Amino acid sequence: MMPAAPQQPLPSTCITVNGQSHVLQVDGDTPLLTILRNHLYLKGTHYGCGSNQCGACFVLIDGFAVASCDTPIWAVAGKSVTTVEGLGTPEQPHRLQEAFLAGQAAQCGYCTSGILISAAALLSRNPHPAEADIHQALDRNLCRCGTHNRVVEAILRAAGQPAPRTP
Amino acid sequence: MNQGFALPAPAQPGQLPGNLRGNPHLGQWLRITPEGKVMVSPGKVEIGQGILTALAQIVAEELEVGLNQITMVAANTGFSPNESVTSGSLSVQDSGRALQQVCAEVRAIYLAKAATHLGEPVASLQICNGLISGPSGAQTSYWDLADDALLDTDATGRVPPKPNTVYRKVGTSARRLDLPDKIFGKTRFIHDMELPGMLHGRMLRPNAPGATLLSLDDAAALACNGVISVVRDGSLLAIVATGNDEAEHAAAKLSAGAVWSQPNESLPDEQDFASWLRSEPADTSVTASPPSPASSSRTIKAQYAKPFLAHASIAPSCALAVYDGAILKVWSHSQGIFNLRSDLALAFAMEPEKIIVQHVEGAGCYGHNPADDVAFDAAWLARHTPGRPVRVQWSRADELAWAPFGPAMAIDLEADLDAAGTITGWRHSIWSNGHTSRPGRGSSPALLGAWHLATPFERSPAINPPLAGGGGAERNAIPGYEFPNWQVTSHRILNMPLRTSALRSLGAMANIFAVETFIDDLARAANTDPVEWRLRYLHDERARAVIALALEKSGWPQQNLIEGKGAGFAYARYKNSGAYCAVVAEIDAAEQIYARRLTIAVDVGLAINPDGVRNQIEGGAIQATSWALKEAVRFDRTRVTSTDWESYPILRFSEVPKISVHIVPSDHPPLGAGECSIGPVVAAIGNAVFDALHIRIRQLPITAERIMSELAQQP
Ligand code: FES
Ligand code: FES
Repeated sequence: MMPAAPQQPLPSTCITVNGQSHVLQVDGDTPLLTILRNHLYLKGTHYGCGSNQCGACFVLIDGFAVASCDTPIWAVAGKSVTTVEGLGTPEQPHRLQEAFLAGQAAQCGYCTSGILISAAALLSRNPHPAEADIHQALDRNLCRCGTHNRVVEAILRAAGQPAPRTP
Repeated sequence: MNQGFALPAPAQPGQLPGNLRGNPHLGQWLRITPEGKVMVSPGKVEIGQGILTALAQIVAEELEVGLNQITMVAANTGFSPNESVTSGSLSVQDSGRALQQVCAEVRAIYLAKAATHLGEPVASLQICNGLISGPSGAQTSYWDLADDALLDTDATGRVPPKPNTVYRKVGTSARRLDLPDKIFGKTRFIHDMELPGMLHGRMLRPNAPGATLLSLDDAAALACNGVISVVRDGSLLAIVATGNDEAEHAAAKLSAGAVWSQPNESLPDEQDFASWLRSEPADTSVTASPPSPASSSRTIKAQYAKPFLAHASIAPSCALAVYDGAILKVWSHSQGIFNLRSDLALAFAMEPEKIIVQHVEGAGCYGHNPADDVAFDAAWLARHTPGRPVRVQWSRADELAWAPFGPAMAIDLEADLDAAGTITGWRHSIWSNGHTSRPGRGSSPALLGAWHLATPFERSPAINPPLAGGGGAERNAIPGYEFPNWQVTSHRILNMPLRTSALRSLGAMANIFAVETFIDDLARAANTDPVEWRLRYLHDERARAVIALALEKSGWPQQNLIEGKGAGFAYARYKNSGAYCAVVAEIDAAEQIYARRLTIAVDVGLAINPDGVRNQIEGGAIQATSWALKEAVRFDRTRVTSTDWESYPILRFSEVPKISVHIVPSDHPPLGAGECSIGPVVAAIGNAVFDALHIRIRQLPITAERIMSELAQQP
């Protein structure tokens, strides 16, 4: 095995995650997802594709739902990141989390955190979305288990406009 | 909300039900702790379907404890009962019945102990949330009396479970026990596990199936930051690094230094896979009804096809392993941890007892996905780095290209009709690779990596499970209608250029699609309403009840006067012995086909958790809609080319139909719900497309291109 080539000193980047500031000494091109999962041990944000095609890794960056797998850490410097852990806790759940629990809007749950993030971004800019708005806001989130309708109903419920369960 | 549901009638006294037969030791199934917990350790595993919650409800009911007093312990080959594979919608039948009996016996054992302790007769004791009290007011509890020695005995089968009339927990829609963790982003998935000193492995697969590694220059990869080693055995190649990103980064360098043999053009023509299936050498089996005399005046024939389908789980498969020089411990989201252990033992020439497989939840699993393969990869690397745990996660591209696929199928149907238009003969022929190549069932490991070693293990072609258990390619090919003179011919293709294995509902989806759309054509040819046509050949009351319910709830028959809209009906009883399901699909035909609404009626026997059943039916229906309208594995003559979500699109939020699920209340034995809606949904969509466009599409998926080319061929 050859010794690794001498490394450039790593730049430091300051990011805020779930209200907490972190100064990180990492390669600026490191994906935000890696930082969240492997440096900050926030495992609620998931890896699904690594190429901004599935939504499993979505986080809020300054209120927008963004693929953290595809966002280099340098691009997040000085910005505020919210992960699913930052949305709410069992003691103080976000209204979306409450609604997802009440409507049992998950199966395997792997896609769920990314979906919650997209939904939170939607509700913050449109507190009373129509169903079509929800479809549009969630169209970048894939779910293979087929929980889509429950998710839409839960978001409507969280927005205070529950749809009847049966069409 | 007790609906008087019953678990299936107990077996004869002294006879053990379900998976208790092979695993009669009570202490293997559950423990009662002094701290106030019932620890339940079934051999079935959570794969996103909510099984652990349904099993917990059965335990809560039988033991008279609260759901919050139960801890479901993930299965482990070291201590759990061997319940083989969690598949085929069989868990409630196999595991639920076993646990029900275990709990009935545990309750009796603890009541006897409490009776002695309290000095009151057993018959006078009451249990509530684990507290046991007598008429005098004296109290004890499971927790006070907790003693593992009490359960160090085999089940007798002589204690009757509670009568269904007193059920209060089974039959209610209890919330899933695992969902809070998933909704609050708590560490729960195997992907989230960290072990001290853990290394990260990254596999480098050949550039095409059948290609071999000719030479390797690994200098650039080894020079990368964080790289520990390059591990190679024949054409099995991996990099091990201190971090996941480091491994991925170095893997790109390693890939540049790897020279693979020229791939041979081993794959069939994607555009004409049906002809390929029909021309391959095959193992042919025939099942037929006893002949009855009949004369026919004409025969109607049609041909159908279904492409290879991918599992396309939302998470790439992942596993961890550690080897201390003697014991190999593996963490896996496999559906069958004991089967995986057998194949790992074969692959590494180890005694099975020296291998422990611990189940950890992964993303949704719809059949034999690469969970077992990646467990082999992690174990293989762990054996090269003794003492250090290794985590391996596949890439998205590998997950879509190297997983087993649901096999492509070609189907011929023929119906003989007499002068009055009555069916007098029915023939159903299938060409397909086998529908299972799961681990743990052969003399050679069914694990991808084991086939790439310098001394490779033999890869056995996929087979079909026996018809008695539902069959594989032939699943739902035997008519569910009362036809005289039927014959099912199954040609199992022996050559397997694309690896195939079990995918949700196996052959049932394509068979039901073919049969149920063919029947609509037969009914139309006879100027008969398609539902009425079916009912002539269907006298099972449960079948008729789900059909009536679906029609009523959907408002069938709809007058289709609006251009571009259509409605279609389909029915099937899954595996001919499982859940009954009838579906009305409504679609819009615009620039593509949109499924707008599905009305689904089911009879799943006892619904342990009605909302859980609904969730499974909805999920199955959405996956089926995706299969019907969008999905096909893409490949050229050398390799799979659908390796991301753009080349393998699945249904999105904007494309998902509204779904209503209607459950027929039933006290029949519980039947799995996960797969029964698949075939009828696909077929009902096919019939709705015909209703809208008067074009019969007989090859899946039903895409705009296929409709256009069908239109172009019409006179
Ligand atoms: S993992 Fe980031 S979008 Fe798929
Ligand atoms: S719940 Fe499994 S992928 Fe969405």
